[in-house]
Amino acid sequence: MLRKTVLNTAHRALGARMVDFGGWDMPVNYGSQIEEHHAVRNNCGMFDVSHMCPVDLAGPDCRPFLSRLVANDVAKLTVSGKALYSAMLNEAGGVIDDLIIYFLTDTRFRIVINAGTADKDLAWMHAKAAEWKMDVSIAQRRTGENSLAIIAVQGPNARARVWDILPQAKAAIADLKPFFAAEVGQYFIASTGYTGEDGYEIMLPTDEAEALWNKLKDAGVAPCGLGARDTLRLEAGMNLYGQDMDETVSPLDAGLAWTVAMKDEREFVGKPALTATGQQKAFLGLILLDKGVLRGHQQVITKHGIGEITSGSFSPTLQQSIALARLPLGVQVGDEVEVDIRGKLLKARVTKPVFARNGKAVI
Amino acid sequence: MSYVPDNLRYAPSHEWLLLDADGIITVGITDHAQEALGDLVFIELPDVGGHYVAEKEIAVVESVKAAADVYAPISGIVTEVNQAAADAPETVNQDAYATWLFKLKPDNVADINNMLDATAYRGLADVA
Repeated sequence: MLRKTVLNTAHRALGARMVDFGGWDMPVNYGSQIEEHHAVRNNCGMFDVSHMCPVDLAGPDCRPFLSRLVANDVAKLTVSGKALYSAMLNEAGGVIDDLIIYFLTDTRFRIVINAGTADKDLAWMHAKAAEWKMDVSIAQRRTGENSLAIIAVQGPNARARVWDILPQAKAAIADLKPFFAAEVGQYFIASTGYTGEDGYEIMLPTDEAEALWNKLKDAGVAPCGLGARDTLRLEAGMNLYGQDMDETVSPLDAGLAWTVAMKDEREFVGKPALTATGQQKAFLGLILLDKGVLRGHQQVITKHGIGEITSGSFSPTLQQSIALARLPLGVQVGDEVEVDIRGKLLKARVTKPVFARNGKAVI
Repeated sequence: MSYVPDNLRYAPSHEWLLLDADGIITVGITDHAQEALGDLVFIELPDVGGHYVAEKEIAVVESVKAAADVYAPISGIVTEVNQAAADAPETVNQDAYATWLFKLKPDNVADINNMLDATAYRGLADVA
């Protein structure tokens, strides 16, 4: 039995093609994935991401708990509303999940974790809080009483559309810098996203989600499925958990070194393993020079050895196939490599792992 | 519900077939197939002159979402491929029946009688 978000009937009414996404019945597109992609890059689109799981932390030990729990350092969170992207590691230094932590007060933080990993993440958090004897409560907000839906409104015109629909929130959210959040009554509105565009992620009480979705649709915001979400995040060079990294992969080998605060004295789960192992692979982008489509798990042949594509697709912005790949150390941006696609070796160029953001190609 | 023209034959793997007067069979993918795949961005066509066996891979169609094999509906030699389709894969999404992929000279032209007719193809659980 597939799980459904509160917007399931709204998606079906819009003629969405639904797929099983990690046990959730979710829209992959509402017609053309490519048109939805362009709507976000050039105008404004919205995604139902209510399958993702908000988790509220409360109590005096929020900071010391998070300081040990995740690889990035919550000491960077000094201003209320500031958000921090981080990996949560196991003892071996593998990635249990990637998540966003929002700092509200020293006794109140909100975390958003991935849909498919939510149950194991919560079990891990509870176990660690007990092991470390932390005075912190951990409450998921995806189901049950007080559950929240999440609608991501993304694109260059996203902010203006949201201000039109939620005028009472405008004062609080109009000047949010990227990666901040504001609480407006029951609404939690963050300037975060997964597309490489400006916009908001709006968490709100489940029973108000369909009304907001319909108002946004009536205002011309394009409903977009998880298909466009995937090509947008790939162009933006953002990792997808389960493809670009998982529990067997070090964040240092997944292009996430910038999120791992190794240098100070702080201890966190996985740090000894990362210190011992260091970076073993380069995480870079590929652009296919021949015709075809790069996909996950294809082998990449380089003069330094064999690598592997972790995510690949067709880039609607570049009109070429692009990929993220884990490659042998020594491979450099600009190198030409070969990719094995169904037994044929096709030429690709190594790039930085970011292709398009803010409406434009950056390659 | 996808469109299934009455004048064509169909393979359960979602290819359509049209038998021409000269005994050559034109093949494409069905409207249902293009709709399931989503926006097509790449088509790999078979080799002209190559002999392909029924129910084996003969071509590949790739959408933004996924790659899918196209199967030879019946055994035969490829006589022609539609390069225009490979150059503009979105034309398959626009009209899957106007945009053929390849033509086959069948080993045994009577094999087409084993293919589904429109009613039978509409009856497949995943097409209806």
